[in-house]
Amino acid sequence: MRSLGLIWLSLRLGVLNALQYRADFFIQLFQSLVGLVTALAAVALVFGQTDELGGWSRDELIALVGVFLLVGGLINVVIRPSMEKLMEGVRLGTLDFTLTKPADAQLLVSVRQVEVWRLIDVALGTVVIVIGIARLGEQVGPERAVAFGLVLVAGVAIIYSFLLILSTLAFWLVRLENILVIFGSMYEAGRWPVGLYPPWLRVALTVVVPVAFAITVPVETLVGRLEPMTLVTTVGLALAFLVGSRWFWKFGLRHYTGASA
Amino acid sequence: MTLRLGRLPAVYAAKFRAEIALQVAYRGALVIWLLGLLIEPIVYLVVWTTVARGQGGQVGGFAAGDFAAYFTILMIVNQLTFTWHFHFFEWRVRNGFFSPMLLRPVHPIHNDVAENLTFKMLTFTVVGPVALFLLATFGATLHPEPWHLIAFVPTLVLAMVLRFLLEWTLALAAFWITRTVALNQAYYVAVLFLSGQVAPLSLFPPAVQAVASVLPFRWMVAFPVETVLGRLAPGEVLAGFGAQLGWIIVSLVLMRVIWRAGIRRYSAVGA
Repeated sequence: MRSLGLIWLSLRLGVLNALQYRADFFIQLFQSLVGLVTALAAVALVFGQTDELGGWSRDELIALVGVFLLVGGLINVVIRPSMEKLMEGVRLGTLDFTLTKPADAQLLVSVRQVEVWRLIDVALGTVVIVIGIARLGEQVGPERAVAFGLVLVAGVAIIYSFLLILSTLAFWLVRLENILVIFGSMYEAGRWPVGLYPPWLRVALTVVVPVAFAITVPVETLVGRLEPMTLVTTVGLALAFLVGSRWFWKFGLRHYTGASA
Repeated sequence: MTLRLGRLPAVYAAKFRAEIALQVAYRGALVIWLLGLLIEPIVYLVVWTTVARGQGGQVGGFAAGDFAAYFTILMIVNQLTFTWHFHFFEWRVRNGFFSPMLLRPVHPIHNDVAENLTFKMLTFTVVGPVALFLLATFGATLHPEPWHLIAFVPTLVLAMVLRFLLEWTLALAAFWITRTVALNQAYYVAVLFLSGQVAPLSLFPPAVQAVASVLPFRWMVAFPVETVLGRLAPGEVLAGFGAQLGWIIVSLVLMRVIWRAGIRRYSAVGA
């Protein structure tokens, strides 16, 4: 209960903070729309020359663009900014203040910074998914919707744990903020189904940077192409990632001596 | 700008040495820029080779091997022509870092040219081998005639000059607008599509192709690639040179006008 209270408080602070800079809303809206048009234009260009791309139809790829925006939005609202803040905290020693607070440190650093306007991406992504599904004429029954929600949450949990592990490395390596830029570039590759890529890149996008689970797998669930085994694997992997990243965070924390101390 | 032109080589030499030391000191950042630069062409390479295979081997005159050659050479040309000043100027102006540059007796553009060239020299030592690796793994097919290869050099140099001048000039918008990020992104998307980075321009609808050949973007990236792939007739290459030179002149004039107005407008923050 207390944890929920903390998350709520952090969100409220983020909203209050964002409301000071209302012009940023329009800048973000413009950027999100440009991003959406870019993604759809690329899909249109490809499907101007073909009817299917590695077994994917145009409308399935529109749904994929939606999930890409939705998950990207979720990452950018809270996960990425908080992890940036965490790495900065390790470098400048300001993490000490967080650690002295009487609450779970992992929770505190994970919701530390909220960029509310990024929710626009989440909203746009949702709209695009709905449009893609409507065009597919698929009947998404409650069963499939639940599976989609489950896989989506699992995918985001995997990405969160992965970024937490990367950020925890800052305890040893200190200067590491650019590592999130690498993640950003790899995430861009998730715009297209990972099945298209040659094996070495597919492995990288599934295992090294687990983008595949956050984007391709949820879309496969939505269009009813997911095998039950993949669903089980994804959820199991998410749990393993959550436990593993928590252990690694605690392990890293023991090595943290504080830059200011 | 009281410095005599004859002193410029010495200024560049000093700047090169300083830049190399600086870039080597931040090797990590270099590697990260490289990765970002590699991912995009590989993604589109894969997408279009898949399309070509699905269409019985060919799309719009491009077979899978042609796409591999197109996107690999595009990666090289993009690496050699890209600039980061549009992104950087806002920060520079907002934080007052522009002031010391203005105090030096050299036009600030020389600083940026030297910085740009050093970065490219260093990164090319990696991009070059990676390009060879990609050409081999994706089975690229290239069959240019000798004159295509010779014409490639001037098209590439002009593309570098054009892109640098144009983007540096547009970056001067930071003198008037404190947050250029939205403008920057709109420009980036225009470049992405109209300079042939998402797909060869010949795969676009005819109307878009017509627009692209009037705007400067094609001449900054796609044109050298098309030349070396041997896809252009001699007349088309000559016309392309004309377009490049024309846009370079326009950019130069714009730069002088906007620079003069901007410098009067600039009131250093933090000074």
